[in-house]
Parts: sequence; structure tokens; C-alpha cells
Amino acid sequence: MLRLQNISVQVTTENEPLAILRDVNLEFKPGCFYAITGPNGGGKTTVARAIAGIIPVSNGRILLDGEDITSLNITERARLGIRYAFQNPPRFKGIEVSTFLRLAAGDDTEAKTLRRTLRQVGLCPEEYLHRMVDTGLSGGEMKRLEVASALLGAKRVVILDEPEAGVDLWGFEELVRVVSQSHREHPDRITIVISHSERFITQADELIVMAEGQVQSQGRLADVRTTLMEELNCRWRKQCQLEEDEDAVECHR
Amino acid sequence: MQLNAIDENLLKTIADLHGIPQGAFNIRKNGQALARSSTETITIEPKQDKPGINIRIAPGTVNQSVHIPVIITESGINDVVYNTFEIGAGSNVLIVAGCGIHNPSEATSQHDGIHEFFVRTGARIRYVEKHYGEGGGTGERILNPVTILHLEEGAYAELELVQVKGVHHTFRRTEVHVGPRAHLLMNERLLTHEEQTAESEIHVHLEGDGSAGEILSRSVAKGHSKQVFRAELIGYGKCKGHVACDSIIMDQARIQALPALIANSSEAELTHEAAIGRLAGDQIAKLMTFGLTEQEAVDTLLAGYLK
Repeated sequence: MLRLQNISVQVTTENEPLAILRDVNLEFKPGCFYAITGPNGGGKTTVARAIAGIIPVSNGRILLDGEDITSLNITERARLGIRYAFQNPPRFKGIEVSTFLRLAAGDDTEAKTLRRTLRQVGLCPEEYLHRMVDTGLSGGEMKRLEVASALLGAKRVVILDEPEAGVDLWGFEELVRVVSQSHREHPDRITIVISHSERFITQADELIVMAEGQVQSQGRLADVRTTLMEELNCRWRKQCQLEEDEDAVECHR
Repeated sequence: MQLNAIDENLLKTIADLHGIPQGAFNIRKNGQALARSSTETITIEPKQDKPGINIRIAPGTVNQSVHIPVIITESGINDVVYNTFEIGAGSNVLIVAGCGIHNPSEATSQHDGIHEFFVRTGARIRYVEKHYGEGGGTGERILNPVTILHLEEGAYAELELVQVKGVHHTFRRTEVHVGPRAHLLMNERLLTHEEQTAESEIHVHLEGDGSAGEILSRSVAKGHSKQVFRAELIGYGKCKGHVACDSIIMDQARIQALPALIANSSEAELTHEAAIGRLAGDQIAKLMTFGLTEQEAVDTLLAGYLK
């Protein structure tokens, strides 16, 4: 079980404190597949980065199977089996795809495992193993590689941050299949996918809707549909649209 | 001839050599020739008027290599050598030079290698030069290489100039004259740390129609080290040149990058780019999510960058 208790994250911009997460409480059960969705800037990525230890939390606790991991750094959490695939994967000058995957998977990983994983995300190993993980790869190729690196090894918690972004339409179905398959192959794994895609959302055992740094609703798709469809759009939108016809734009919030 | 463990380690680091190489070679140790071997097409002879050797590669020699490493294991040595390379027309060879200093004492050890290459019509060379210093003493390790190349019509030269680590001070000067339809590709890799200083001055003259030159420099400055990089591309006719210097700056280091373009013809196409920056936090974080410590992540990033 991965538990977030009263998590708040604050940053300071122009000397003003800004709350990115406000008192977030979440529970992730082993073997379950979660999708986090919601509007841009709602705090989804911050939740992921807080779990991975990349962003320090200002308040609250994070527990993994009862162990308080709040004060552990990124490395220590990674070694406990938490893996996070970035929304914007960084590029590396002079590091080959094969080296990158070996860093992700561990030195003793067999070459055929690396090749298989690359193939699964739609990258031909013959073509890609010796390419550099630098600006020579497109955005979509970087995302596929990022997913491949996250799925290698038997991890307890795998978080994928918008894995579909930049991936072409025909690669997308395959990506959804690979992520689900990897989840099923590891019965105790917690898989968390941040996504706006209906395909991922419908795969999930449970959906978490985040907006304005808070969990807006949580449950099966049917339970959160109202929040998704109505509340997340600006509640006043209908009002505005009426006025737009009259060319009077004013925010009612 | 005997090589001890220190010699072997130095040779391995600077020239990837395991023991005495095959083919043509010249190994210089503490200012003396230690071993030398010529082949049918590659002759190595000492200069008569000053320290150094003449390396002559017969026209049409292909797929052969020459190793001319220099090692210094005594301190207080100030070694100056002049090496001249005659690369015959139509040949294609690999030349591996480099200098390793092991200085365990308080006195300075210095090696100044002046290498001049005449690359004749249509010849191709790959020249690899690695510099490395080690030893626990306070004595400084200084390397001041001068590399001069004359590329005749249609010649091609690929230079790989690398300073691995442990060199206190270096002033490197590289001058290349690129003839018509000749092509230069120069890769420079530099790592400085602690209180080290490194200065690299490069002049590339693109002298003929269709001549092309590319200078790619990557460096890392750590600790309190200082680096100055000056690269001048001078175009005379219908030529193409590009210079890129890319540096990672860490700790309290200082870096100056000064690429310069000088066009003496309206047909010269010259471009440059320069960037100095820290390692990106996201790159370090990414590798840490694989279970690497912060230090391991930084080391991995730098090793890749300087490869």
C-alpha cells in the first residue's frame, strides 16, 4: 500500500508562497491500476514527483507498506522499487540507448530483455540500441524510451506521466497494451498513469481527478464522470458563452 | 625492454595499449626513446638536429596504425619534442599519440610536444591524442601540445584531442591549413578540476575552394579550475566552417568561450555556437530514479558528455 497523508507542496514565486498541492490524501493498493486525470496545472505531476522524491513536500507523510519514506531521497525511494517516467524526459549527450536502459534495469540484465522491452514500446532494437539519447531522438521516441525504462525490472510502484504525449496514433494502442500487460505480469505492482486519454482512463481500476492542487473525486469511471464532464470545466462557462454572443466578456468566477 | 606497472597503466590510459604494440611505434619515456619499430611502409627515424622523430608514411598505405605515446615517470623532467609526420598521397592511417605523466614528487614534470603533419593529396588520417596525469606528489604536471596540420587537396583529417584528467596546466595550440576540397573534423574533450588551468587556442584556415572545417569542443570544469577556449575559423574562398563549444561548469570553476569567425570572401559560409551551463537538475534526478546516487548520476553524465 502506498499512502499519501495530508500532503501539501508549496513553492515560492516572486516571494509569494504558492500552494501546488493542498492537503492531498490518497491510497494506492498493490495490484491496482490507477489513472490520475484533470486539467493542466491541477497538481497531477506534482503528486508523481512528490512520490518519487523529486519535489520535497512541505507537509504530510508518504508511507510505502507502512514505512515512512517522506524523508528518503530519490535514490533511496528508487531502491525501494518506486519508478517514475517523466512527463518531459531529459536528453543525455553521449549516452547510448543501451547504456540508458542498462542504468534503468541494472547491470546484470540480459541483453535480450532490453531488446524485448524496446520492441514492446515500438522501437526496433537494431535501429535504436546504439543511438544517443540526445536531440537526435524525437519527442515521441523519447516518450517511448522513457516508458521502456520505467517498465524494466520488478518495481513495486510505477508512475507514468502522460506516456501517450507525442506518441503517434498507431503507436498509442500498442503503448496502452504494453503498460497494462506489464501491470498484469507483476501482481503486486501499483501502476499509476497520469493521462488525459480515454483509453488509459477506461483501463484503470480507479480514477483520481485532480484540480487546483486537490483531489476532486476518486472512484470508478462511473463515479467520477460528473466531476470530469461538468465540474472541471469552469462552472460558469455556460454563463460566459451566453454573453460572448453579446460580446461582453467578463469572468464570473 | 621492460615495462613496469606504472608504465603499463599510463600506456593503457593514453593509448589503449596493452604492452608493446604491433606495427609501427615509438615509445618515449622520460625524454629517451624506449622502443621503436618501423614497418615496410611506415618509417620512424630520430631527428638529427633536435629531439623528436620523423614519421614517414608511404603513399597508398592503408588500414595501418602508428602509436607514438610518451610517458614520464620521473619528476623534474622538462621534455620538448618535435615530431614531423609525412602522410603520403592516398594513404589512410590511424595515428595514436598522447602523453601520460606519473609524478609522485614535489618537482614539476612537463612535456611539450610539437607535432606537424603534412597530409598529402587525398590522404586520410585519424589522429588521437590523449593527455593524462597522476601521482600523489605536489609536483605539477604540465602539458603544452602544439599541433599543426597542412591538408593538401582532397585530404581528410579527423582529430580527437582529449585531456582526461590530472593535468595541472595546459596551453594547447592547434593550427590547421585546409586546402581545396580538404576536410577537417576536430573533436576536443577537456576535463579540468581542482586548481587546474587549461587554455586552448585553435586557428583553422580554410584556404581553398570546397575546403571544410568543423570544430567541436566539449569541456567540463570542476572545482576552482579555469578554462579559456579560443577558436578562430578563417575562410578565404568558397569554404564551409562551423565551430561549436559546449561546456559544463560546476562548483567554483570559470570558463571563457570565444569562438571567432573571419571571412575574407563573400563565398565563405561560417557559423558558430557556444554554450556554457550547469548539469540540468532533471538529468540528475532521472538517473537517481534508476537508483543511482547523486554522485554516481553526475559521474555518469560527465562520462557520457566527454566520451
